[in-house]
Amino acid sequence: MMTEGMFTNYFLPGIWITIQVTVFSALLAVVVAFVIGTLRTSRLWIVRFLSGIYFELFRGTSSLVLMFWLVFAVPLMFRWQFVPMYAGVLALGLTYGAYGSEVVRGALAAVPAAQREAGVALGFTKFQRLRRIEIPQAWPEMVPPFNNLLIELLKGTALVSTIMVADMTYAANLVRIGSNESAPVYTLLLVLYFVFAFVLTRGMRVLERHAKSRIGQAPPRGDSLWSRLTLRSNAGEGTGALTAGGTSR
Amino acid sequence: MPSPADTPRDSNSASRANGAELVRFDKVTKRFGDVTVLDQLDFSVDTGKHVTLIGPSGSGKTTILRLLMTLLTPDEGTIKVDGDYLNHEERNGTLAKAGEKHVREVRKKIGMVFQQFNLFPNMKVLRNVTEAPVHVLGMSKDEADQRARELIELVGLSEQLDKYPSQLSGGQQQRVAIARALAMRPQVLLLDEVTSALDPELVAGVLDVLRDIAHTTDITMLVVTHEMSFARDISDAVLMFDRGKIVESGPPDKMFSEPEHERTREFLSTVL
Amino acid sequence: MTWDWNVVDDFMPRFWDGVLLTLQALVLGSLIAFSLGLVWAIAQRSRFAAVRWPVNIITEFIRNTPLLVQLFFLYYVVPEWGPSLTSLTTGIIGLGLHYSTYTAEVYRAGIGGVPTGQWEAATALSLPRSRTWAAVILPQAIRRVVPALGNYVIAMLKDSPLIAIIGALEMFGEAESFSNETFTFEAYTIVGIAFILIAYPASLLIRLLERRLAITS
Repeated sequence: MMTEGMFTNYFLPGIWITIQVTVFSALLAVVVAFVIGTLRTSRLWIVRFLSGIYFELFRGTSSLVLMFWLVFAVPLMFRWQFVPMYAGVLALGLTYGAYGSEVVRGALAAVPAAQREAGVALGFTKFQRLRRIEIPQAWPEMVPPFNNLLIELLKGTALVSTIMVADMTYAANLVRIGSNESAPVYTLLLVLYFVFAFVLTRGMRVLERHAKSRIGQAPPRGDSLWSRLTLRSNAGEGTGALTAGGTSR
Repeated sequence: MPSPADTPRDSNSASRANGAELVRFDKVTKRFGDVTVLDQLDFSVDTGKHVTLIGPSGSGKTTILRLLMTLLTPDEGTIKVDGDYLNHEERNGTLAKAGEKHVREVRKKIGMVFQQFNLFPNMKVLRNVTEAPVHVLGMSKDEADQRARELIELVGLSEQLDKYPSQLSGGQQQRVAIARALAMRPQVLLLDEVTSALDPELVAGVLDVLRDIAHTTDITMLVVTHEMSFARDISDAVLMFDRGKIVESGPPDKMFSEPEHERTREFLSTVL
Repeated sequence: MTWDWNVVDDFMPRFWDGVLLTLQALVLGSLIAFSLGLVWAIAQRSRFAAVRWPVNIITEFIRNTPLLVQLFFLYYVVPEWGPSLTSLTTGIIGLGLHYSTYTAEVYRAGIGGVPTGQWEAATALSLPRSRTWAAVILPQAIRRVVPALGNYVIAMLKDSPLIAIIGALEMFGEAESFSNETFTFEAYTIVGIAFILIAYPASLLIRLLERRLAITS
């Protein structure tokens, strides 16, 4: 039997670890996404080329393989050991940051050229234009695909259990071994992930409304019951960045 | 063309003499949200007649065709085609919503040509025309082929049998669409602004084909168009619509030359 | 750090075994994902709410929970009521099922992209529903979703190492067990590069396909 003790002793700390891994790797991914994404719109071909290499490299990488490489190969190669959780965060942040860079690049490319020209005419520097004109206009476009990526990232955090990070999947495995009952344990675990994904989606919807109202667009209204419940903002959109094509739209 | 849906109760439908009522709208109301597009509409079309609906856009003309084609369902009222209810079935003496099968049977008597042609882009011209006869009427492949070739010749496109719709001009596509609708041997042909999406120089070819069909066959036609001279040529009757109601009707000569109603005069002055 | 080519030589036979298993899982998993996803997508357009809602809920749940946990569920829970399957079979079913919920979205977008006029023309010709799907809608929808489906095959490739966790020794599983036995790092590195070497040309191919389809349609 899975007891209450098992839940408080294993699952609760596991939930906390999952939250930490999600938050840290999401933060890293956002930084990577914006840096690589804007570099990929650079006018200098060498900058575009190098940032493009980063994108292609990490988009083709399996996060699980990267995690194992960081945890098991790096110490042998460089005599330097990662704290497993940081290895997990690094692997997730670098790969999902690569997917996110495609979202950033695409949204920046969708800002009308006239906006950039107006910025030039007003004498803004390139960085000022990016910060004050292009990113604020592109941001609402980025939120829905970022939401999809965030949920993918949340799902990806389960991988850290394989490198001995005691997240909730790791806890579930311990409880299964301890209680010899798998059905309730894994069902609970799946439901927990689903609830987390749901909460994240609600949060991102608020962010989207806020972002759109800030640039004077009407806030989106989910009309049907299903569109309120569904976890994807726009099916298909943004998942393209997750996979490979990236030439969405 | 007797159909299984013909019940003995509709004795008049068996004889398709000119003059028998083929389409009847009875107090039909259709709303989209708060907007009432058709308001308690009554009207009928007799077998073999060509009736043109005119009126400003948004007056409900196209809605009538779409209701007949069951692309829409009425909110109130009933529609009869050849004596059978279109959206309803009589069960134990009361009218109930019709099942899929009933609707399909009654609908087979109706054909439609759309403003945007709606040809199947994944099928060549010939197959666009044979697809439904083979799979709906159960016609043999050879027979359907044979008939399709005749119809495609009728619309003047025998050279284009093996092309895909995207390789044809808009006017040619619309002529294929006419052949496709006729291949089902409908009793009523609905024409929904069939030249509105065409470049001006392509309109005449399509209208010529339709004139030809109107004058040489006994098919009943219900036409929504902005081509007033075409309407005048082919129509037995013209109905003027405004805000979901028929404001005036009559033979084309009278309607176009000496309309009685103020709204008709206003409308005609904008399109003639 | 010293890269030892002897280690690489020792690993290579097992590497190729692993590649074979990876490809096997990928092909069979894709077949499941493509066909099951189509079933989901058509069911989501059913006239009956009693079909639509459960399918929507199931696919939404599967898509928003981790594949790894689903693999554990299939591997540890399902045999309690049903048949015991091998690691590889379980892994293939898990990959296929998980990605079917993504391909369902792809099909759904493809089907939604078919103009309403096509449905209306089919109605006007009284084509039966099954014929409308088979001859009119799907041929048009599938053409435009091929690149998106290809993208998910690549995504599945990158998730395929997960089946090693439940014991199916594909490329990564071979590398892991080899490295554990020999305390070396070369195998992990080779496998990591191998994934990139397969994924990159594949994604180029799909971009080419996307461009071709964009031109012809």
